[in-house]
Order: sequence, then structure tokens, then C-alpha cells
Amino acid sequence: MEILFAVLIGILFGSGIYCLLRRSIVKLVIGIVLIGHGANLLVFSSGGLLAGRPPIVESGQLAPTAPYGDPLPQAMVLTAIVIGFGLTAFALTLVHKAERAVGEDDINAFNSTDT
Amino acid sequence: MKSMILHQSGRMLFPWLIVLSIIVLYRGHNLPGGGFIGGLIAATAFLLASLGDSAQEARRLLRCEPTTLMGVGLAIAIFSGVIGVFGGGPFLTGEWLPGFKLPLLGSVHLGTPVLFDVGVYLTVIGFVLHSAFSLSTLSEFGEEED
Amino acid sequence: MLLVLSILTIFAGAVVAPLFGRQGRPGWSLFIALPPLVAFILLLTAWFGYAQPDGSLMVSWEWFPAFGVSLDFCLDGLSVTMGLLVTGIGVLVGIYAVGYMKGHPQFGRFSSFFLFFMGSMLGLVLADNLILLFVFWEMTSISSYLLIGFNHEDENARKKALQALLVTGGGAVAMLAGFILIGIVSETYRISELGVLAEVLRSSPLYTGIVILVLLGAFTKSAQVPFHFWLPNAMAAPTPVSAFLHSATMVKAGVFLLARLNPALSGTDLWAWSLTGFGGATLLTAVVLGIFQTDLKKILAYTTLGVLGLLTMMLGVGTELAIKSMVIFLIGHALYKAALFMTAGSVDHETGTRDVRVLRGLRKAMPLTAIAAGLAALSKAGFPPFFGFIGKEYVYTAGVSVEGLAQVALPVAFVGNLIMLALAFKAGVSPFWGKPTAEGLLPKHPHEAPFSLVFGPLLLAVLGLVFGVFPFLVDSSIVGPAVSAIEGHPVELHISLWHGVNLPLILSLCTLAAGITLYSCRRFFWKRHLAVNTFLRPRGAEAVYDFLFNGIVRFSKVQTRILQSGLLHNYVFIIVSLTTGLLAWAFWRFGGIQLDFSTESMSALSTGLVIIMAIAAILAASTNNRITALVALGTVGFGVALLFLYYGAPDLAITQLLVETLTVVLFMFVIFRLPKLRSLSSKATRLRDAILAALFGGMISILVIKAFTIQFHESIGSDLAEMSYPEAHGKNVVNVILVDFRALDTLGEITVLSIAALGIAALIAGSRRKGKGTAK
Repeated sequence: MEILFAVLIGILFGSGIYCLLRRSIVKLVIGIVLIGHGANLLVFSSGGLLAGRPPIVESGQLAPTAPYGDPLPQAMVLTAIVIGFGLTAFALTLVHKAERAVGEDDINAFNSTDT
Repeated sequence: MKSMILHQSGRMLFPWLIVLSIIVLYRGHNLPGGGFIGGLIAATAFLLASLGDSAQEARRLLRCEPTTLMGVGLAIAIFSGVIGVFGGGPFLTGEWLPGFKLPLLGSVHLGTPVLFDVGVYLTVIGFVLHSAFSLSTLSEFGEEED
Repeated sequence: MLLVLSILTIFAGAVVAPLFGRQGRPGWSLFIALPPLVAFILLLTAWFGYAQPDGSLMVSWEWFPAFGVSLDFCLDGLSVTMGLLVTGIGVLVGIYAVGYMKGHPQFGRFSSFFLFFMGSMLGLVLADNLILLFVFWEMTSISSYLLIGFNHEDENARKKALQALLVTGGGAVAMLAGFILIGIVSETYRISELGVLAEVLRSSPLYTGIVILVLLGAFTKSAQVPFHFWLPNAMAAPTPVSAFLHSATMVKAGVFLLARLNPALSGTDLWAWSLTGFGGATLLTAVVLGIFQTDLKKILAYTTLGVLGLLTMMLGVGTELAIKSMVIFLIGHALYKAALFMTAGSVDHETGTRDVRVLRGLRKAMPLTAIAAGLAALSKAGFPPFFGFIGKEYVYTAGVSVEGLAQVALPVAFVGNLIMLALAFKAGVSPFWGKPTAEGLLPKHPHEAPFSLVFGPLLLAVLGLVFGVFPFLVDSSIVGPAVSAIEGHPVELHISLWHGVNLPLILSLCTLAAGITLYSCRRFFWKRHLAVNTFLRPRGAEAVYDFLFNGIVRFSKVQTRILQSGLLHNYVFIIVSLTTGLLAWAFWRFGGIQLDFSTESMSALSTGLVIIMAIAAILAASTNNRITALVALGTVGFGVALLFLYYGAPDLAITQLLVETLTVVLFMFVIFRLPKLRSLSSKATRLRDAILAALFGGMISILVIKAFTIQFHESIGSDLAEMSYPEAHGKNVVNVILVDFRALDTLGEITVLSIAALGIAALIAGSRRKGKGTAK
């Protein structure tokens, strides 16, 4: 399964980068979101992939019954998801605003400050 | 964009979703859930109401600016950390009240981490609504300009 | 405590100085001299009242204990000598500056920089920790940059200030590397502990590197050949600055550092020969160049260079006598050179020129200045019974007594001294004697300088005489301990003026005779002044500096033109292709990927999910249909959520699900307001981008596979899981980590969210105004 995960992460990064290389500003945001997904999966999978055991203490126990998913990467990814959402929201506002200001959705039109 | 069905179902669902979000927030310490998830659910509830109606409707339901909500959330989170300092530990040390039993809820255990989670909950609601309202405002002005 | 107090006093002075420097309140300007005076008294008290029997007083605070860096200060003979010179001369130059810059609108700024420099310099000499010393060292560089470029409307001043900063700053970087190597070898940054570790340092394989790096720092700061050129150029500074920084204090920092590290690093041929060689070369270069100069300040600058060379050379010779001569010479030089600079400034101030070819016979118009300059020049020239004479005697005594190759020091010192004597006369005697210049040749009619301009130089010049006649005033209390500190063991010292008729005395007399002869032919050299300058300009060390400097500027222009196109595509392309290339190189170089085809935890469900997500991701990237892109993006997001759920992370799954929904909603707001997606790039560009993206994605995949096979450290996740319920009363470990164990991270995160919200609010605010505008 790790191999499949690795390939998927690679594809997410690859398509994200392809989007970043496009000139359309919407594609830019799509690229950022895709790369975000790739990065989250990467961190998540670094804790090892174990099907179906959340790190939750069952009643009557003191610690989760092994084997369970590594909680630390999970906590990190949870933060990352929310931060990623914040980034997306900000990027969308920025893109929208920029398009309004320049009157173009082509990033190459953004490199002069005269408009 | 006005839809009767969305409008009605949004209004009907709204209180239940808010209650659900608070339950998820509370039980987050022991089961899947917590401030982030609770906050996102609550924000969705507000957005649902605003999809059926206008952003004004959601604002009215909220009764305050989303940014105020964020400020309050941050303040609560920081305050929960300061309590630990008074307890003699470093910033954000967890302090717990003795547990007690309540009907319906069972054994209740309150402490600063729960308070901290409330702060997170409010901040997340504030952020989601703020960005959604902003984008919709931007779009509305766009229509005027067109 | 007194040590730190003395430094803090000066820094505090630097902070409040601008308040006292306003125009129209000249009396208040004298504030500039107050902090150094207080510091001077504090140092005297500390040295004579509290110093330990072994001759040193230490204080220490922890700063970065993990790196062995602490705030250590130490007062021993060497640092008290330098500290008293810095603060004492600081007081006098401060008073001088008040008169010299009278009515200057920015005197407040000047006093602030001046005191800031003084505090840094004092910190430098008192620091007992290499890293702390480095910090102060850099502070002196920065403040001297500000002071040299004080007349910032003058392009030349700005350029020379930058030159001084770059040369000394570049050396300082090398020096820091040397310090860190010392720290690695000796396992301490404490300078006072290095002495006993000398053997460890010398036998280390890093020793050569350490010496070269430290010498680079010291030689650039003290303007040794081939870095000598910045010092004469720094004369673009206002004269009080030159008198203080470029004679008495800052340029001595390099020599001071060498002296400070002498117990730790000396005792090898490398050390002895580098110092003797470069010092001697500097001395000869300086005096030969100096004799052709016609500008009063430049003449003094070159003699300063010469003395710095001489001091370095004597340190290299390294015998007890040589060190004694070095300390005596250092003190003597500080006294007379500061005085000479100040009188040169007064002459400039009162006559409007510094050209020695036209300045003559000023003694009638400026009698007090003439006396000060004359006394200082005599001390510099080494006439008995001045302190300068004692210094020279010791140099010769040391030179006579050494054996082996170090004997070259004697002839070098002899030649250097005799030319410096001629230069001393040029600077201190020539402008004041002879027939007065005819009226009209000088830009201003000369008058005696005001008291504030005369007080400092006169006092310093008289001190040069007093210390010469009564050397017991300083020998066992200051000079002796300084020598002990440099030698690393206690040394007894009793200076006397008269040693009887011996070889050094004869050499001294020869120096006097030859020097005066040389002085009398000064016009011969002045005539060739221009020729020498035009010959050296394209050939000297400064030409190398200019070449490098311009080269860097040109290079940065070229690379800006090529790389900074302002097109996002190009930036991303360059960054990604370089990253891909570096990754590929790393895999090829350190290769060995084990493909472990474990089918564990694999299932039809997850495999299918992954395949769908992969297709969706590619679709989202390639489609030009907005709805398709949005749906594909949503598919990827929900797929991620399902993967989280499948691999035991319900919290993540729920969060991802909700966030994905909200993201799609936000996209909805925006995406249909924007023009339809279209292919803006040509087919070839798209193909090129696709290939790069595929390569990069492949590299990431390999990297991930590689990462799976390496376990650097046991995960701490299991520890957290075990602590979760008993200690944090929470059964959901992920949530407990978020709100308890790593709550600070979460707090940081929600803060970031708030800041993002502020950003959005700022963007919208502009739009609202615009919206209202159009509505009207």
C-alpha cells in the first residue's frame, strides 16, 4: 500500500506543480490545494499505514489497544488541513481581487505595476 | 440565488446543527470531534442558512461580526493558558476541576483544555464565516459593476 | 558589575544623546563627554579598587548555555589599558567634537553614533567570550560605517564607509568561523580559559585553519597589508571620528585580538611568521606610501598604518621584551596620534585646508595648537624624554636581543621609525614653523582655535611628556599587567627613561639624525605625489577591491535580468527544475531504493480509491471546464477524507470532509465570477511543463518510498498515547495532543487563521470603497 500512496502523493504534487505553471489565476489556487493534499497525505503516511484503528482509549482501558494509528502525525495533519483551508480562502480572495484590479486572469499581465 | 427548499431546510436544520456542533465539541476530548470539527459544523450551519437566503440572514443569526467571534475565541484560548500559569506551571499547562456526575451527560470532567477547545471552536467559526461573507460581498459588488 | 555598568552607561548615553544635541543649546552638547567620563572613573575604580590579586576581575551571566555562550566580562591588564584609552580619549575627543562640529544641525545624531561606537569598543575589550567579542566587534564595524559616512550627502564618504564596512565585515565572517573552530577544539568560548588549553589548540589538525581565519579578521580590522587601503580612505570621516576610531581605538581592535589570543595561539612558526611578516610588510608599505602624501590627515593615516604594522610585528617576534615594547608603543601611539589628529583637524577648521604644501608658519596665529602638535610630534618622533622615546627604545632593545630569522624585525623597525619620524615632523611641525603663508593663499584667515579644540590635544600631548619623565606612573599598575595578560603569565616591569649608552640608544640617535635629514628633503617627495598616486591607483590592493566590488554588482545585474523576469511561470519553472535536479543527483549519489512491495493493509477499496483520486487530480490540473475542475478537485478532497477514515483517523476524516465542502463553496463564489478557463500557453510550453511536473512528481514518489524505509527515531506517538488518559483525562489522543500536549501549536494556528482573516478584511475594505465609488 505504501507504494500506491507514494505514487498518489507524487501525482498530487505533479499535477499541483503543473497548475502552478499555468497562467490562469484560478489554476494557481487549484494547484495550491492539490499540493496541500499531497503534503497532508505525506505527513499522515509517515506515521505508518494501519487499517482501521483510531488512537482512542476504549472505556475501561488506560491506553489505546495496540496496534493503532500514530496520533502525532494525525494531530499535525489536522492543523495542516485547517491552515490549508485558511490559505485557500485567502488565495481565493486575493485572486478575485487581483482579477478585478487588473481586469485579466492571465498572470503574465500581473508583472507590471502600472495598471 | 434563492431556493425555497434550501431556504426552509436551512432554517429548520440550523438549530439542530448548532446543537450537534456543541455536542461534537464537548465529546471531542474522548471521541472523534473537538473544537475544529465542531467549529466547522457550526459554520456550515450558518452557511446553509445563508445559501438559502442572503448573507444578511446569516449575519442576523450570528448577531455579531465574525471577526469579533475570532477575537473572543483567541482571548478564551489564551486565557485558558494563563490559568495554568497561575497554577505554577508553564503557559498552557492543563488544570482540571474534580469530576462530577450529571444526569444525561454522565461523568463530567472540566478543565482548561476544554476551555481551550472552546476558543478554537469560536475562532474557526469566525474565520470560515468571515471569509465566506467576504467572498460573497466581493461577488455581489462584482455584479453591480458588471 | 562595574564593568557592565561602564558599558551600559555609554550605551544609555547613546540612546539619550540626540535629546542633548539640538541646535541652539551648545552647552548641552557637552553631554557627549559625560558617559565616557563616568565609564572612565568606573573602570579606574574597578581596576584599582576591586581587581583580584591575580590581576583580573570577572563577571558572567548565562546567555545561551546550550551553546556555551555566556555574557562573560573580564578586566585584566590588557583590557584595562584598552578600556582606559577608549574612555579617556573618548572624553577628550568628545569635547573636541563639540567645538569642531559647533552648530552642526545633526550633532545629536553624531553623538549618538559616537557613543554607540564607544560602548561597542569598550564591550569588545572587556568581553571574555569569543562570541560576545564577535558581537561587539561587528557593532564597532557598523557604528564606524555610520561615522565614516556621517556626511552622507557626500558620495565619496558613503563609498569609503561602505568599503571599510565590507573589508572589515568580510574579515569578521572569517574570524567568526575561526572562533567556532576554536570552540570546537577547546570546547569553550571563554577567552580566559583558552590560555591553559594552548597545547590542545596547537596540536589540533584545525590549528592552521584557526590561525588563518582569526588572522583574516584581525588583519582586516587593523588594516594590515593587503587590506591596508581602507584606512587612509576612511579619512573621509569627520576629524573627531578619525582621531578616535582610526588612531586610538577601533583599528587597534585587530592588534588587541591578536594580543588577547596570544597566550592561546602563539608559540608556532605559523603564528610568529604571519605576524612578523605581515606586520613588517605593513610598516614598510605604510611609511613608503605616507612620505608621498600631502594631506595632513592622510599622512597621519599612513603613520597609523605603520604603527599598526609595527605592533603586529612585535607581537609576532613574541619575546617578553617585544611584548613590553608593543604595549608601551601602543599606549604612546594612542596618546600622540589622537592629539595630532585633533590638531590637524583644528588647522583644517581654522584655515580651510589640510594641504601641507601651503600650510606654514601658523605658530603665531595658533600658538596653543602649535604647542600641542609640537609636543605630540616630538613624542611620535621618539625624542627623549617623551613616552614615544621609551617605546622606541624598547623596540630596539627587543630587536637587538632576538635570534634567528626574527632579526629582520630590527632593520624593518629602524627604517619604519626613521620615515615615521619624518612624517611626524611633516604633520606636527611643518605647518607651524617657517615663514607664514602669504595672505590669500589660505581659504580662511587663521585664528587660534577655541578652547574646546585645544584642550584635548594639549592634555594628551602633555601626558606623553609626563609618562615619559615619570614612567613609574604607569609601569607596574597598567603596562606590566597588560604584558602579563598577553604573555599569559605574570611579568615584572619597571620602565626607566635612561638605560645608559648602549646599542638601542645609538640606533635611536641614528633614527633621529636620518629622519630629520629625510624631513628636510620633503619637497622632493611632494613633487612626486601625483605621479605615485596615478601609478598605484590601477595597480594597488584597492584596485583588486574595486574589481571585485564592481564584478559583484555586474553579476547581480546580469542574474537579475536573467532570473527576475517578473513572470511566475519562470520562477516556478526554475525552482522546480532545480529541486528535481538536486533530488535526482542525491538519489543517484546516495541511491539504493528498496522497493518493498508489501501488500499489507492493501485492499480493493483503498486501491480503487487511490486510482480514482489520481485520475481526478490529473483531470483537475488539465481541464479547461470550470465545473469539471471543481468536481475533480472535490473528488480528490473527499478521497483524501476517505483514506483518512480507512487508515484509522476519524478526526481527520471529518475535518477533511467539512473543509472540502467549505472549500467547494468558497470556490463557487469566485470561480463563476471569473472569465472561463482557457489555454493561455502554447502547446509546446504545456508539454514542457507536463514533463517537468511528471519528473517532479516521480521524484516526490521516490522520496516518499525512501522515507518509508527509513526510521530515524522511535515515534513519540506511543508515549503520548499512553499519557493521554492518565495525565490529560482525554481518551481521544489526537484531540489531547491538539488542546493539551501541543496546545501552543494550536494557539499559533488559530492566530494564523485570525491573521489570514485580517488579510481578507484588508482586501475587502479596498473593494468596498471601490464599490461605493462606482455606485455613485
